[in-house]
Order: sequence, then C-alpha cells, then structure tokens
Amino acid sequence: MLQLKDLHVAIGGKEILKGIDLTVKPGEVHAIMGPNGSGKSTLASVLAGRDEYEITRGEILYSGQDLVELDAEERAREGLFLAFQYPVEIPGVSNTYFLRTALNAIRTHRDEDPIDAMDFLALVRDKAKLLKLDESLLKRPVNHGFSGGEKKRNEIFHMAVLEPRLAILDETDSGLDIDALKIVAEGVNSLRSADRAFVVITHYQRLLNYIEPDFVHVLMDGKIVRSGGRDLALQLEDQGYEWLETEPAAVGA
Amino acid sequence: MTNPSFATILDTAAATPAPVLLQELRGQGRTRFEALGLPNRRQEAWRFTRLKDIEETEFSAPPLVPSRIDVTPWRRADAHALVFIDGMFSPDFSEVDDLPDGVVVSNLMLATASDSEIVKKHLGSLTSLDDQPFAALNTAVLADGAVIHVPAGVEVESPIQLLFFAGKSDSPTVCAPRILIVAGEASGVTIEEHHVGTEGSALSCPVSEIVVEAQAVVRHVIVQDETPTTQHLASRHVVMGQGSRYSAQAISLGGALARTDIQVDLAGEDAEASLDGLYLTDGKQQADSHLTLRHKAPNCRSHQLYKGVLAGSSRAVFTGRIVVEQDAQKTDSTQSNRNLILSDDAVANSNPQLEIFADDVRCTHGSTVGRLDDDAVFYLRSRGIGREEARRLLTLAFAGEVLDRIPLEPLREELQQRVSERLALMERSGDGA
Repeated sequence: MLQLKDLHVAIGGKEILKGIDLTVKPGEVHAIMGPNGSGKSTLASVLAGRDEYEITRGEILYSGQDLVELDAEERAREGLFLAFQYPVEIPGVSNTYFLRTALNAIRTHRDEDPIDAMDFLALVRDKAKLLKLDESLLKRPVNHGFSGGEKKRNEIFHMAVLEPRLAILDETDSGLDIDALKIVAEGVNSLRSADRAFVVITHYQRLLNYIEPDFVHVLMDGKIVRSGGRDLALQLEDQGYEWLETEPAAVGA
Repeated sequence: MTNPSFATILDTAAATPAPVLLQELRGQGRTRFEALGLPNRRQEAWRFTRLKDIEETEFSAPPLVPSRIDVTPWRRADAHALVFIDGMFSPDFSEVDDLPDGVVVSNLMLATASDSEIVKKHLGSLTSLDDQPFAALNTAVLADGAVIHVPAGVEVESPIQLLFFAGKSDSPTVCAPRILIVAGEASGVTIEEHHVGTEGSALSCPVSEIVVEAQAVVRHVIVQDETPTTQHLASRHVVMGQGSRYSAQAISLGGALARTDIQVDLAGEDAEASLDGLYLTDGKQQADSHLTLRHKAPNCRSHQLYKGVLAGSSRAVFTGRIVVEQDAQKTDSTQSNRNLILSDDAVANSNPQLEIFADDVRCTHGSTVGRLDDDAVFYLRSRGIGREEARRLLTLAFAGEVLDRIPLEPLREELQQRVSERLALMERSGDGA
C-alpha cells in the first residue's frame, strides 16, 4: 500500500530525513517511534503533501502510484489521512459543514453522488458517539475553542467519517489524559480492518498499549535505526532511546 | 478645491420648493459647503481618500422625474418600507403597514410639511457641518429622506426597510438622502438601510441622524451596494442616552469610493454601542470607515469590529478614534480591525486613535493585515477539499464573523449569498492568495 524507498527530505536546504525505507501493507499497523527532532513529524507532513518540504532523493509509492505527484487534496481523495499533531482552528467554518465538504470532495472523486443530508447527519452522530464527542462540538467552528483532548478526538472523528485507506496519526497521544487516550485508541481500533493500514507516530510507548502495532520502527536522526515487533516498543520504554545510539544499526522490515 | 458643476446643483436645490425649515437648512448647508469646499489630501481626515473623481466628474442635479426601477428584488415582505429613487420619495413602492400607536415612519417632506415636532427638534441638530463637507453638501441640497419616530415604551416588531436607489440617469447625479431616527425612552426598533444602484453613477452622500433615548434599543443594518462608478460619502451621527443600546452592521460592497464617517456619542451612563463593519473591495475600489466613539458618561461600553477583504489593487482605510472624556470612568472599549489581503497590490491602512482623559478605563485595540493562513489552507486540503474551495471557505468564514451578527435572518442569509458571489469573482494574485 505504502512504500518508501531511500527517502531523503530537506526543508530550507537542511536534510531532515536521510534515507528511509518502509513498506506498509493493507491491514497492518506500523508504529514509528523516536526522540524529539528525529524527523517523525516531517515524515507525516511529507506523506500528507505539505509543499515546503523538498524530496531530494528516493520515492514514495502509494498503491503503486508516485505519491509525490499528487497534491495534498488528491492524496486525501485517494484515501490518505493525516491526524495532525496540532489540529488547526478554523473559526467561522462549522465542524459538520467542513466534514461534509471534505466527504463530498472525496465522493465526487470516486464518481459517487454527494451524501444525502439525512444520511450525513446519521453518520456524524454515529461516529461522534464512537469518539464520545459532545454533539455541540459538531456545530461549533472546527477546533475553535476546543480543549486539547477535544481537538485530538475530533481528528479521529474526522478519520472515522472519511474512512481512509491509510491513516497517519502524528503524535495523537500527546497531551491526552488516560481516559481520552483510551477513547482515541478505541476509535482507531474500531476502524482497523484487512484493507486499511495505519502509521502511528509517537514519542511514547503508552499509546501502543491500546493500539497494538504489528511493527515498530525507531527513527533517529532521519533514519530508521531499528525495526521489530511489539517487544521493541516495550524495550524502548524500559531503556529509552540512548542505547540505540551506540548499537550498530540493524535495519529490517 | 472645488468642482464647478456643484454651483448649478446648489442653485437648482435652492430654487426647489420646500417647507421653510428645509429651506433654512439648505441655506446653512450651502454657506458651509461653499466655505469648506471639497476636502483635499492635505487634510488629515482625508489623507488616504481618493477624491480625484469627485473633483473632475461633471455632476448634475437629480432628474425631475425619478428613474423607473424595479425595486422588488430588494423589497423584503416582512418589513415596512420607505423607497427613494434618485433622492425622491416613491410612494408607489413604499409600504408601511399597521404600526403601533404613535410610531411615525414617513418621508421627510411630508413630516416637515405636517409640522413634525421631531423634525423641528432634531433635524440637523446632531450633524456638525464644521468639518464634514459632504454632510454640508447633503444639507445644501436637502430634498427628502426618511423620518422614523418610535415613542417611549413602544417596540416596533417588524423591521423598517429604507431603500435608496441612485444613479440610473444618463449623467452622474448628486443623490443626498437624509435619515432621522428618534427612538424614545425604552423603545425598540430595527432598521435595514440599503443604498443600491443598478446602472449609471452618482455622488451619493447620505446623512443619518439617530437619537437613542434612555433604555432604547436601535438595531441598524446598512448595506451599500451601489454601481462600480458611484462615489458614496456617508455621514452617520448617533447620540445615546442612559442605558441605551445601539448596534450596527455596515456592509460595504459597491462603489468606486465608499466612505462612511460615523460619530457615536455615548452621552448617558451605561450605554452600549456595537459597531461592526465588513467591506469587500476589488479592482480600484476604495472603502473607508472613519469612526469616532465619544465616551462622555461613566460605565459605557463600545465595541468595534471592522473586517475587510481586499483584492485587485483596491484600498481600504479604517480610522477608529476612541475619545474617553474625563467623566467617563469605567469605560470599556474594544476595537478590532482585521484585513484579509487577496492580492499583492491591495493595500489596507488601519489607524487606531485613543484619546483618554479618564483614569479608570479599559480600552483595547488591535489591527491586522494579512493573507489567508497557510496552515488552515493545508488543513482543509489534507482532508480532500481543493485549494480553491479551501480558500473560498476560509475567506467566507472570515467575512462571516460580521455577517453572523446581523439580527435579521432573511437579510443575513441574503447577504451571505451575495458576499459569497462577490468573493468568487474577486481578483486574487500572489502567494497564499
């Protein structure tokens, strides 16, 4: 589904990602862990299609096509979703209006009719319940005046409504208390299926107690320095990241 | 500075029959206007305003027979309406239904001819002609306008619509409507005022005088949607009594130049004024808003929210002057002017001016001039919304903050539609446009 081959990315002439290889297949959950500044968020932004990053070498294939050729909105319409680390406040645009516009843009791309107003209402109510999102937040402007936890839940709510094929979660756990973390994880888990994949970017192992990954990769200084299973995350929790700096790189996946 | 074509217009106005009171006012207006002349850019209050077209255009007096205009697209079924075409009252299109006892909704000529106490007492009393050349011009050619009086304790349920059409004649005319609104103690009224043109051009210089007596509530929506060649120079003067409320949303869409000078005197304790504005400019349009809020009494509140969307090589000026007099302790005043720039050549000037003579006050002001937020555009795009649609949505949302405050739902929806259409046509250029 997603294939990164020797991906090098720079911003403002400074290289952030220094050769990443990663293959994500449908149904899989990959966790990408790493200390601050390792390039985790850059990876998320590049996948979502932010313009200011320059791909200096390598390629990104998504369902066999060159992802770099697609604009951000085209990626979203092809089923890619990024849950933002810092969701943006959009005063003046209601959460439901925004979602309906997004959903219809995706449906139009798939040659489907725009969603019926009643069906849409039923859909958002259903998904809001799943994320335990207060219905008042549906009418309010997107993320405007939402608490930190509400913003993160709203991201997963958007994901639940838009039903992407590949979802990238950029530090969705940061700033969440344990209850909110469980709600978010339940939301993600309910969307796990054989044809949908997740890339979960996180600094802490904690989230992975609730969203169990199939693979764990450690990103340090723009490179994946180690890949493994669930155990690797636990080992990182025990030992931190420092031991990897001295160990020779063992690249897998 | 002067424009020779005004002499004929002033003579024509002076020779047009009118009640003595109006004739006297015309005389005063003329003396003042001739002394002041047209403003020029060396005057601080006019420094940013483009006046060349007014100096150079040959204007004529309004036609003796008003233009034929179909007003139905602007008429709202649920409102009382006074309709004026080329400055003249049009009884055929006007419609005033049953009003509560004592409420006057009339044209100025009729009200003055019937010896209205309200007109005698208030007409011309609020407007200072000293430094307002276009208010002086309006007074010098005073012909007709709207008079609204709501007696003490009366709430007028239906909104009152004032429709002013200008400029359909072959040559540019001077159109000078007058508005007098007196809301008696603890009364309430909602006014929607439209300045509209469909073709031709005009110098439109309306003057409004609004008296809000103690505990009264006046809600006022002003829509300026005149032709692209019209010069619109409006003056509005509001005097507020104790515990009164005045709220206004001014939506400026049309005209080559659209300038409004507003003065609000918070003269009684605990009065609250909310002044909101939205201007959209494109091409070479200019929209100027000059507000003076004068806090004269303690415990008053005033709020200004003016937002602009500028495209093409258009220009906007906002001057917000807050004066807090010595007695006006516990004044709470906020001012915000935010401009969204859609092209490289558009320019917005924002000039807050605070003059505070009391020591226990809270005054805040802020102004911004900027592009659409890239992060917001990206956020929308990352959910599948196209770049153009994302920008349209965000721009409309920016303007929506002011439109949302319009208390009349049908008018609000109509304006949302109109603004959305206008935004779709605006010239964008440059990064982040």
